[in-house]
Amino acid sequence: MAEDTTSKEYWRWTESNWHDPDMDWREGDIVSAGVDVGSVSSQAVIMVDGKLYAYSNMRTGSDSPKSAENAMDWALEGTGMALDDIHYVVGTGYGRVNVPFAKRAITEIACHARGANFMYGPTIKTVLDMGGQDCKAIRVDQKGKVVSFLMNDKCAAGTGRGMEVFADLLGVHITKVGEMSLQVDEEPPMVSSTCVVFAKSEASALLREGWPKEKVLAAYCLAMAHRVVGLLERLGIEEDFAITGGIAKNIGVVSRIEKELEIKALTPSLDTQIAGAIGGALFARALLQKERKKK
Amino acid sequence: MIANYGYKDGSGEYFISVDTEKCTGCGDCVEACLYGVFEVVENPLDPLSDDQVVVVTEAERKKIKYTCGPCKPVSDRPPLPCMAACLEDAISHSW
Repeated sequence: MAEDTTSKEYWRWTESNWHDPDMDWREGDIVSAGVDVGSVSSQAVIMVDGKLYAYSNMRTGSDSPKSAENAMDWALEGTGMALDDIHYVVGTGYGRVNVPFAKRAITEIACHARGANFMYGPTIKTVLDMGGQDCKAIRVDQKGKVVSFLMNDKCAAGTGRGMEVFADLLGVHITKVGEMSLQVDEEPPMVSSTCVVFAKSEASALLREGWPKEKVLAAYCLAMAHRVVGLLERLGIEEDFAITGGIAKNIGVVSRIEKELEIKALTPSLDTQIAGAIGGALFARALLQKERKKK
Repeated sequence: MIANYGYKDGSGEYFISVDTEKCTGCGDCVEACLYGVFEVVENPLDPLSDDQVVVVTEAERKKIKYTCGPCKPVSDRPPLPCMAACLEDAISHSW
């Protein structure tokens, strides 16, 4: 009997690509791109004279160069643009040194700061990037330059990977986790450990005890929020505040972070996962301009 | 810019902070550290400038609790070599 296996891949989030059909890239002076090869997802962003033109957002495979190429191909799809038409490509993210067509690799912290500045405007002061396998708290100035930062990539607690593990354990689709975690009458005590492995065994125990899925998810989202708030507080939070990365799409975690900080996060106007690649594309443009000036 | 290198795990928070405004990229801390925690590179957080600053090496970022351990006895802690070497007072430890 044929079974629909995708419906059982609870961790699988929606991949997407987009381009602006009203923009003619051929008229642009500088076509720049940023490719963010993360631990879980890869994005390619193409900008024409600093304006967002096209992007793609997909899962990272086991082969970093291939993931970068796939993301780029998908962003280019339907645009009539070829890789050679892009003047400068910057690679960022975990796999940044493995983007074969990138002229330069830039750390994801600088790119996220710059990208958040583009997405949320110059009032943004504090950015929390909740990525696939790490968590970054960044303070930025009005130009998108990093003022201070703190990154936790030693452990997967408070990251997308942790959430994927939970979605799988509970059999709840990852895009539904956030909403479902809010369907509790009152907040349960948080799971005591955010370490994904420990939290998973703790959650299994709670399920056996008879806790409904909603309550277990609430307990985990709460623990995750609490953990990243700790990181943010170490850095100091100043409004405006925004969250980027995949977890920014999880209302269960976002609302609990907001509650604990007593600060509202700005509502994103773009896909929160492409912030790093946007920053990369903006740096690519700036670097090319700098190069041209020297000549 | 304050760059915090390190991590937080179940046992605590371990961060070495470098104030890049103060850091001149002289490399005195690199020489002072017996365990190779530091290196001087082009500022990775500001790709448009060519400033040299000190960073904690990629390899050490996830284990500084252990690498820095020998310099941090529980009682009578002497001044840390990296901090003592820095005339600009650009380095600090969170633990």
